[in-house]
Amino acid sequence: MTDLTRLTAAETAAAVAGGTASALDVTEAHLARIREVDGAVHAFLHVDADGARDAARRVDAQRSAGEALGPLGGVPIALKDVLATEGVPTTCGSRILEGWRPPYDATVVARLRAAGVVALGKTNMDEFAMGSSTEHSAYGPTHNPWDLDRIPGGSGGGSAAAVAAFEAPLAVGTDTGGSIRQPAAVTGTVGVKPTYGGVSRYGLVALASSLDQAGPCSRTVLDAALLHATIAGHDPRDSTSIDSTVPDVVAAARQHDVTGMRVGVVRQLGGEGYQPGVEQRFRESVDLLSSLGAEVVEVDCPHFEYALPAYYLILPSECSSNLARFDAMRYGLRVGDDGSGSAEDVMSITRAAGFGAEAKRRIMLGTYALSSGYYDAYYGQAQKVRTLVVRDFDAAFAQADVLVSPTTPTTAFRIGERIDDPMAMYLADLCTIPSNLAGNASMSLPVGLAPEDGLPVGLQVMAPPMHDDRLYRLGGTLEAALADRWGHLLIDEAPDLTTSTTPSAEAAQ
Amino acid sequence: MPDERSDPASDRTDDGAPAITRDEVAHLARLARLALEPDELDRFGGQLDAIVSAISRIGDLDTADVPPTSHALPLTNVTRPDRVRPGLTQAQALSGAPAAEDGRFRVPRILGDEA
Repeated sequence: MTDLTRLTAAETAAAVAGGTASALDVTEAHLARIREVDGAVHAFLHVDADGARDAARRVDAQRSAGEALGPLGGVPIALKDVLATEGVPTTCGSRILEGWRPPYDATVVARLRAAGVVALGKTNMDEFAMGSSTEHSAYGPTHNPWDLDRIPGGSGGGSAAAVAAFEAPLAVGTDTGGSIRQPAAVTGTVGVKPTYGGVSRYGLVALASSLDQAGPCSRTVLDAALLHATIAGHDPRDSTSIDSTVPDVVAAARQHDVTGMRVGVVRQLGGEGYQPGVEQRFRESVDLLSSLGAEVVEVDCPHFEYALPAYYLILPSECSSNLARFDAMRYGLRVGDDGSGSAEDVMSITRAAGFGAEAKRRIMLGTYALSSGYYDAYYGQAQKVRTLVVRDFDAAFAQADVLVSPTTPTTAFRIGERIDDPMAMYLADLCTIPSNLAGNASMSLPVGLAPEDGLPVGLQVMAPPMHDDRLYRLGGTLEAALADRWGHLLIDEAPDLTTSTTPSAEAAQ
Repeated sequence: MPDERSDPASDRTDDGAPAITRDEVAHLARLARLALEPDELDRFGGQLDAIVSAISRIGDLDTADVPPTSHALPLTNVTRPDRVRPGLTQAQALSGAPAAEDGRFRVPRILGDEA
């Protein structure tokens, strides 16, 4: 029998619907894979084996009863631990929420359950989604399946690593400044940040409300599209949810034709600070798109260089306000409640004990940027820069249907390399932040290994708001052309983790 | 304290003194309800100063005629029909509470020592 963990989500759904594998078989295969490799990868914070088996049995019962299954019926999924899951621990990678079991499901989770998608568990992340390496998790870092000494990206490193390590064919991530796309790039997987408002934020623990967006992580573009179509669409419980038809991303992923598509290369996202192998693979992919019939043009986005500093004022400002809800009163950790201190004392002691260093830095940075006297120069100015970034996109999208760039300037860096240098860490999101500020749609897909270190490189595609289908049209075409050239998908070159020892074990020998 | 300053650019003096001093970190920590340890004040002071120095260059842009963008979508006043919908039960609402008593959240005393 074929290894069920090697199937794509589309193939898995077909196998379950066609009766060649039961949903329970598929789930058991993935639970076994998790037991086998997750000690080394640490993609999961919580594995809900019983819940997964129950969900799989329900799908099998539906099929036995002759009910039609959805396009992802019986397919396992890993959920970033920022999504509220009823009765299942939800920590956001933070001590302050250790052991919290939400009394409700996020809309994304509810839609997945209704579609017969089987939730395997919750994935590791930088605390409250603040970071680009998963090292800011209170529960220890996730390791990159391509090289266990390296970071899997962040904040959604757990979701990307779970998919890259064949622990799940699909995962849900969230992307505030690149937390789906940058992990996808450094793990050789596909990650999509849908248009802001395209996927409901209800039940997503908020980091920066005007930037947060949930989206798919997968090993193929079509799988991402199938997941996108399942979780997207209007939700009356999210007042920023877009009330219009979701673009047909699945048809776009199957189109495999970019003839006449205008592809804009952003001049400002390249050059100094970019790894040569990243630029090389990016340039080769652009040439390939051109040979496939796309019209490649260069576009200027002169204010993109100010996107990162603006983001690091807007995000901390919104985050300092959002994280004020962790007050030790209604849920989560409470420390120092010995009867001697006031509620405010207990609150301050709890927050100091429950938040990690990066959360504290950003909360204080936001408090600073919002202080009277500083507000206009920092937060106010950042909001104006946000307008300039949006205008750059508007001008660029007048010349091109989509924009492309490397997803992140370098391949996966080593664990520990940037942990004490916040600004160096922030630079990992240099290319991904502009799309969050403008709220448009953006994807990262794997385009090869950098020659100098043999690690995956991602290409970013950006499309105007509510034109998410263009990402999938370009992504599906490029993926197929590269697979044609290589004879397989890039992820098939990832190390087989069952035969390699962990780096620490090697060092100990 | 920040409230008395109006021009952040003037914070950085010519002799390279930091924009965010240790005292200012302590003040921010108090505002943010973070009971930081002394060594944290030292470490965060240097790091926050480096971050603020790096991001201050957004001040270089002339934005006099640029309106601010607070949100990516031009949505305003989203409303829904005023109908009763199921909510959490009392037990569900209290299920994650660090302390509960008589069906309510139990909290430490609200007033400080000076009250």
